[in-house]
Amino acid sequence: MNGGGGFWAMGGYARFVWPCFALALGVLFWNLWSARRHHAQALRRAERALAMAGREGR
Amino acid sequence: MSIGTGAALSLLLRRELCLSFRRPDQLLQPLVFFLIVTTLFPLALSPELTLLREMSPGVLWVAALLASLLSMDGLFRGDAEDGTLEQLALSGQSLGVVVVAKTFAHWLVSGAALVLVSPLVATALAIPVEAFPIMMLSLALGTLTLSWLGAIGAGLTVGLRRGSVLLSLIVLPLAMPLLIFGANATDRAIGGESAAGALYFLAALCVFTSSLAPLAATAALRITLE
Amino acid sequence: MWTWFYRLASPPYVYRIAAAFAPWLLGVAGALIVYGLIDGLAFAPRDYQQGDAFRIIYVHVPASSLSVMAYTLMAVAAAIGLIWRIKVAYAVAAAVAPIGASFTLLTLVTGSLWGKPMWGTYWAWDPRLTSELILLFLYFGVMSLRAAFEDPNRGDRAAALLAIVGVVNVPIIHFSVVWWNSLHQGATILKLGKPQIDASMALPLYAMLLGFLLFFGGVLCLRLRGEVLNRERQASWVREAVKS
Repeated sequence: MNGGGGFWAMGGYARFVWPCFALALGVLFWNLWSARRHHAQALRRAERALAMAGREGR
Repeated sequence: MSIGTGAALSLLLRRELCLSFRRPDQLLQPLVFFLIVTTLFPLALSPELTLLREMSPGVLWVAALLASLLSMDGLFRGDAEDGTLEQLALSGQSLGVVVVAKTFAHWLVSGAALVLVSPLVATALAIPVEAFPIMMLSLALGTLTLSWLGAIGAGLTVGLRRGSVLLSLIVLPLAMPLLIFGANATDRAIGGESAAGALYFLAALCVFTSSLAPLAATAALRITLE
Repeated sequence: MWTWFYRLASPPYVYRIAAAFAPWLLGVAGALIVYGLIDGLAFAPRDYQQGDAFRIIYVHVPASSLSVMAYTLMAVAAAIGLIWRIKVAYAVAAAVAPIGASFTLLTLVTGSLWGKPMWGTYWAWDPRLTSELILLFLYFGVMSLRAAFEDPNRGDRAAALLAIVGVVNVPIIHFSVVWWNSLHQGATILKLGKPQIDASMALPLYAMLLGFLLFFGGVLCLRLRGEVLNRERQASWVREAVKS
């Protein structure tokens, strides 16, 4: 299991394997962050719309 | 008083062709574009005829694709802008008839015209004369399919401001299969081999698209018009 | 019996249950992914031919499966929206698109990085990568089309139609690309797929597949809440929801 430099060297393929996994984690976290941000923006817009409707006396 | 579908179709077809021929410069533009784009490749790569012949199916087809797409944006836009399209939609004739008439007329003046001009372009790309029939047949099938795909794209983007770029973006991925098979048919014809397989697939693609695309394009127009 | 189905068409209901489901989906997904990563990176035996580079499979295959599944889901939601005029369906389609596109991008980059040690080149017009690239274009088309409309309802419907047209074309495109590539064999030898998989290698892969799938579900729930809110801004239930 540990050949050619140990775990981090990935048998010499480290510069291909690790960026892949880093990118995968990046994509997963981006999805989480983006979804939350999108929801927060939607909430803000809804609050503003309700405030404006309230002011118009609806 | 209402007229039958066939009569409506031919009436609309004649109207489209009339309108198109009233602006002959608009008719020529895609053809000239086709020629110019074809010229770009030898200039960018090499004037050597053997090399050109290798690339020629690809160059021919990409140029034809781009030239056809160029004029697709105007398919519904003119009539949409002056309200004619809405009148046609309200006229009691099915919108599908309008879509079929417009798309077919468009193919006649752009795709079919391209096919007729293609021997010229082919000669410039060192394609042997023996390959012309198959090349032209494949181009005819391909441009017809592309007109249908373009009609869907045009229907979806007719109201949008920068619709033409978006139209190309939408249509090009869908057009990749016909590019693959069309270029291959031409390539085999140049090599003297049988292009039957690719042509059959092109024909199948054409039939499939011609039967379903009118529905999709009509639906698209209804979405963007109402 | 069908009440659960009808309730899914109700925006406030979906808004609530998405909030309830998301943490569970994400939690289980997280556990599976952590397990899959550890087992796949540290404990699975290295492949005879590809060495440790094969481990990229543990992110590449889940990403690619999900990219296609997501597009299909988007198209199904689009169809439901168009046929039955259900707004929640349009919200689902809109929510899926960026998630699916991100997984498609991940597939392409990991495929490219896998290709370099295997084929000696960062990009190869291998049929699967090429089809995946075209899929990315299809995603961008749908997202761009929706965004181009000022009226969001119209944008939803136009994007829905395009998604359906796209999904019909996906098998055609895939077939064409595979055929095209087979003509030019010898350019690349395309064993980017699963190597001789045995249990110790397969288990982390299944864990990652399931983990990614559940993660997708969880993120979809999160994104869906924002999409539903955007389409229901004026509704009365929103007043209550916004306060909480």
